[in-house]
Amino acid sequence: MTPPVRTPLRGLGMAAALLLGLTACGSGGESSADDVQAALEEGGKITVWAWEPTLKQVVKDFEAKHEGVDVELVNAGTGPDQYSALQNAIKAGSGVPDVAQIEYFALSQFAVAESVADLSSFGAADLDGTFSTGPWNSVNLSGGVYGVPMDSGPMALFYNKDIFDEHGIEVPTTWEEYVEAGRRLQEADSDVYITNDTGEPGLATSLIWQAGGKPYRVDGTDVTVDFTDEGSTAYAQTWQQLIDEDLVAPINSWTDEWFQAMADGTIATIPAGAWMPANLESSVAEGSGSWRAAPLPQWEEGASASAENGGSSLTVPEASQNKALAYAFIEYATVGEGVDTRLDNGAFPATNKHLESEEFLSREFEYFGGQQANKVFSESASNVVEGWSYLPYQVYANSIFNDTVGKAYVSDTTLAEGLQAWQEQSVEYGNQQGFSVNK
Amino acid sequence: MTTPTAPAPVAAGPSPRRSRRRSWTGWAFIGPFMAVFALVFLAPIAYSVYLSLFRDQLIGGNTFVGLENYTQALVDAQFWGALGRVSLFLAVQVPIMLFLALLVALAIDSGRLYGRDFFRVSIFLPYAVPAVVATLMWGFMYGNRFGLVGNINDAFGPTLPDPLSPDLVLASIGNIVTWEFVGYNMLIFYSALRVVPHTLYEAAQIDGAGQLRIITAIKLPAIRGALVIATIFSIIGSFQLFNEPSILRHLAPNAITTDFTPNLYTFSLAFRGQQHNYAATVAIIMGLITMAIAYAVQLRGMRKDV
Repeated sequence: MTPPVRTPLRGLGMAAALLLGLTACGSGGESSADDVQAALEEGGKITVWAWEPTLKQVVKDFEAKHEGVDVELVNAGTGPDQYSALQNAIKAGSGVPDVAQIEYFALSQFAVAESVADLSSFGAADLDGTFSTGPWNSVNLSGGVYGVPMDSGPMALFYNKDIFDEHGIEVPTTWEEYVEAGRRLQEADSDVYITNDTGEPGLATSLIWQAGGKPYRVDGTDVTVDFTDEGSTAYAQTWQQLIDEDLVAPINSWTDEWFQAMADGTIATIPAGAWMPANLESSVAEGSGSWRAAPLPQWEEGASASAENGGSSLTVPEASQNKALAYAFIEYATVGEGVDTRLDNGAFPATNKHLESEEFLSREFEYFGGQQANKVFSESASNVVEGWSYLPYQVYANSIFNDTVGKAYVSDTTLAEGLQAWQEQSVEYGNQQGFSVNK
Repeated sequence: MTTPTAPAPVAAGPSPRRSRRRSWTGWAFIGPFMAVFALVFLAPIAYSVYLSLFRDQLIGGNTFVGLENYTQALVDAQFWGALGRVSLFLAVQVPIMLFLALLVALAIDSGRLYGRDFFRVSIFLPYAVPAVVATLMWGFMYGNRFGLVGNINDAFGPTLPDPLSPDLVLASIGNIVTWEFVGYNMLIFYSALRVVPHTLYEAAQIDGAGQLRIITAIKLPAIRGALVIATIFSIIGSFQLFNEPSILRHLAPNAITTDFTPNLYTFSLAFRGQQHNYAATVAIIMGLITMAIAYAVQLRGMRKDV
């Protein structure tokens, strides 16, 4: 199925690109890795939309290395805000950046609408094996490579060791123990919560992912949404106990209050992606020395399953006029020298080379009391449960998570009912958007 | 349209030319207005109507669907739920706010209030605070973990219900809006009261009327026009409720849904769901409903006036 209206426009854009001679090449119209090299030599200007802080230095280095290349780094908002801006720009057909940061969960939405270019022919197809499985599968959609992994977020349990020591509680290794630890913490001190949660789609889907649930199945435009499978049910039942017994602090994540609660010992643990240390270091400085990283609690005793939480790729919008140069920058930032720069500044890699390097693994985190935390994260990265996929309209689905599942946090609605409502609304939206959902 | 001209003895001849010239002169005067009016008012409405006849899908692209968006909106539970919510808000908050504003205006106008100017300014002051700032301020007071409510709970034990819970959040928003707009409405009423000739009050007093009688028999009928205007403004404001819930959403994401008010719903449709066409449809329907109700109130207000 081809969009009847967009096709001529896209053709026009491509014709314009060819006319401008920016990506023109001799080898039969297909772009190739040679074009990327040629574009670098020719120079030019590209615009990059990203909020990832370590890219700033990468842009500087890239410009210094390649004379005549001008990269403008724009922070067009974080996550959904940037996606709205990007979608609006793409719809308007002007002001579209050449490179856009897109999180893994959101990428298929842009890929399915063909808003971002398939980068296979630029050389991205050869990157198979370069990245850890989770991120690579997230950018490898329906036979194309629609982005290059920039970072990843294999999950771990971050915990405040002082709190556990003080109350003589073991760090939980299963989610059952996690709930029990939450109860004991509350009994010991009503101001201490095992974690905070007010309903976050990213966390919920990641935990379902880890539990082996596959609520979303996507085959082209045929989509299935089913939150009644075993993994989803396991998540709903366990998390329901935390909510019912008021074991989770009703504090919204990413607020000042949240960071404060981590610093003053209100929150004992945070299950999150490997990007968390950078946040702890910068925003919870007082917690230095108290916090540690542990493998994520398991749904089955003795297992070692993990999931991804967050992480982004760099993509090239289809409307970009300078795709070859854009790809050159992406390559530099994701597999080239840019990676080292970004790691030095606290980013978590998606590249196997770095995930397995001795230097990376043996790094001692001062914040974690000298713990070699990367070993935990690297282990987690290799244990990510395979076969997970997000909806091709996950950005929208996430935006209504609190309308539906969020009710479980503030009313008598149960998580299972909330997930059911989320499913129904997701199905309805998908069918309105031309997908064939649950049919 | 027609301007009085000197009686023309001869009707034929120059007459058509002159009338053509006259019409051009008229256009030259209203031209600038018409151009701006067309650009900033008619064009956006026309474009919204145009948009509402299409549907742009992730799969399938942009297609003409006629009135399908409208039929969808008419059975859209989310839209009617949002409309119901603002209607409830309108029915409860607007009377309270206008009653308070009227009370303050009458008190200030009575001339018996010590420090009249101080009251007038301080009650009007919240209107000068941007709605965003006001909502943030109130939001922090409402917080039961970090705000005023939290502090009171800490000091006296957990007794207060959470103002940001789903059951109370609409009332909490009503409180913010009342705080913001009492002063504004007070000023409308007060300025209407100021133009009532004082001789009427004196005459009434001589006839033995008390203050209450003066209010019901002279002051209220005299400012009926202002009351109608303030009511219409408040109806429009209630139906357009957006700032307050959209900011409080960050503090209470589970209590305020993305379809909390019609405007918030439209916003979510357009910017989260990429359903620009359907958002335009909902906006048009909401605009028509608002116009109909405001017009009905105006007609009723006028009829009483006569």
